[in-house]
Amino acid sequence: MPEIRNYTLNFGPAHPAAHGVLRLVLEMDGEVIQRADPHVGLLHRATEKLAESKPYNQSIGYMDRLDYVSMMCNEHSYVLAMEKLLGVECPERAQYIRVMFAEITRILNHLLWIGAHALDVGAMTMFLYAFREREDLMDAYEAVSGARLHATYFRPGGVARDLPDTMPQYETSKWHNKREVSRLNENRQGSLLDFLEDFTNRFPKYIDEYETLLSDNRIWKQRTVDIGIVTPERAMALGFTGPMLRGSGVEWDLRKKQPYEVYDRMDFDIPVGTNGDCYDRYLIRIEEFRQSNRIIKQCIKWLRENDGPVILQDHKVSPPSREGMKADMESLIHHFKLFTEGFCLPKGEAYAATEHPKGEFGIYLVSDGANKPYRMKIRPPSFVHISAMDEMTRGHMLADVVAIIGTQDIVFGDVDR
Amino acid sequence: MMKKIAHLIKSFMLWELLKGLAVTLRYLFSRKLTVQYPEERAPMSPRFRGLHAQRRYANGEERCIACKLCEAVCPALAITIDVAERADGSRRTTRYDIDLFKCIYCGFCEEACPVDAIVETHIYEYHFEEKGTQIMTKDKLLAIGDKYETEIAANKAADAKYR
Repeated sequence: MPEIRNYTLNFGPAHPAAHGVLRLVLEMDGEVIQRADPHVGLLHRATEKLAESKPYNQSIGYMDRLDYVSMMCNEHSYVLAMEKLLGVECPERAQYIRVMFAEITRILNHLLWIGAHALDVGAMTMFLYAFREREDLMDAYEAVSGARLHATYFRPGGVARDLPDTMPQYETSKWHNKREVSRLNENRQGSLLDFLEDFTNRFPKYIDEYETLLSDNRIWKQRTVDIGIVTPERAMALGFTGPMLRGSGVEWDLRKKQPYEVYDRMDFDIPVGTNGDCYDRYLIRIEEFRQSNRIIKQCIKWLRENDGPVILQDHKVSPPSREGMKADMESLIHHFKLFTEGFCLPKGEAYAATEHPKGEFGIYLVSDGANKPYRMKIRPPSFVHISAMDEMTRGHMLADVVAIIGTQDIVFGDVDR
Repeated sequence: MMKKIAHLIKSFMLWELLKGLAVTLRYLFSRKLTVQYPEERAPMSPRFRGLHAQRRYANGEERCIACKLCEAVCPALAITIDVAERADGSRRTTRYDIDLFKCIYCGFCEEACPVDAIVETHIYEYHFEEKGTQIMTKDKLLAIGDKYETEIAANKAADAKYR
């Protein structure tokens, strides 16, 4: 008998189901995977090193570009790390705005995930529906920050600007007459908060639709149930966080276990799975849609009733208002100092982690007292999850790799940094 | 027992697939959300950060005083400024280049500018056909500013109270 050798298969880096630039070298026995070897680094941009050469506040924009589908959550960890070192806490209103946008970001991330995951597994329509909802949330992003994706909105000591009182509106065109446009603009009459409230009222119905399309669907279940099972012990040993860990049945959520900002005042539940397979993780993310929606509603209610500053009035950290800067010499000096030198953080180190949509996203800052970090370490959830690719795919069929990549919710900006 | 029979019937009738199809069918006949670009556009916030422009005062004098704050704050090092004294003794830029390939559109230059000279406008449709044309020189920036001054001023005025 001649010896039959396993053959290797290159999956990616330009495979449409590889979520960016993932290259997997798969050792196959027929169609069964014996070993999966993820090759990462194709999107490496040296963000950690880059941050060492810039004043602290200038790196905020680069945080957006780490995990480029959950922008504000990355910024969140970074500004929290800075605030920890500075020993300041941002105003209450800013905290609520941050929490609200962190949850909007969670929905944005999960919407992209459900669209892409379902598309990979074979359900095309989900993608269209998910992007319909993303559009509304990205409008909210644009209304506060001016950018639909790379917001640069969170700042040390608060957020860049307060929520706008008006929303931009559709205009008539040859495709839509006045009546149709007024229907499109119906939820844009009030402030951003009104717009978001309208969204939170509509969103649960959309989630039900997603569930109608997927939860019981036999094709979906055949592709996800009992695929990529991770036991709770292994999940913890592998360093899983977020929905990946909760899918295995470990109740761990930084928003509950180590509450930051105003999460301790929020009323929400943590969904936990039982089997630790792709289907459980799907159900958890669906439930997180609902919980995030609940948190946003609570934030909207609080933000409606309470006014106040959205950024620290300490001009050593945050710039003075433009009017003040133009009228007052001292403010102008602060403005110049802040935009040229930035600010110095006291000597020391700080680790700040937030519950990112994908898991625990941590920033570890070491300061030697200068205006630039001595060292910055990013703890990305995706990198930890992709490390478990081999263990999760071993013994599965080739087609299941796609389902497992989808369920891990990997984004390459995050893995490669 | 009844449950099992019901499950059996449902699974033979492709019940859950039909329910899913009903959702998509409903959307087939519902109102379309599509925005017919370019005849119509999605609404745009006054805070939008697009292509850069340099503004002038109402009397035609350029605003920029070459303080170099934008150059200092730019995280991507996209801005290059040279300074000289003009014949009338005022401090002006002789060169103001923004490399749009480097720019990350974070909006810090606009935030830093003490005289509202450099702004990010609502323009998002532009392209380059030749190497080197991605560098926005002072003349190009001022030309954009002149062309769209009314829109820029309106957007800045709308957002002034939040800044």
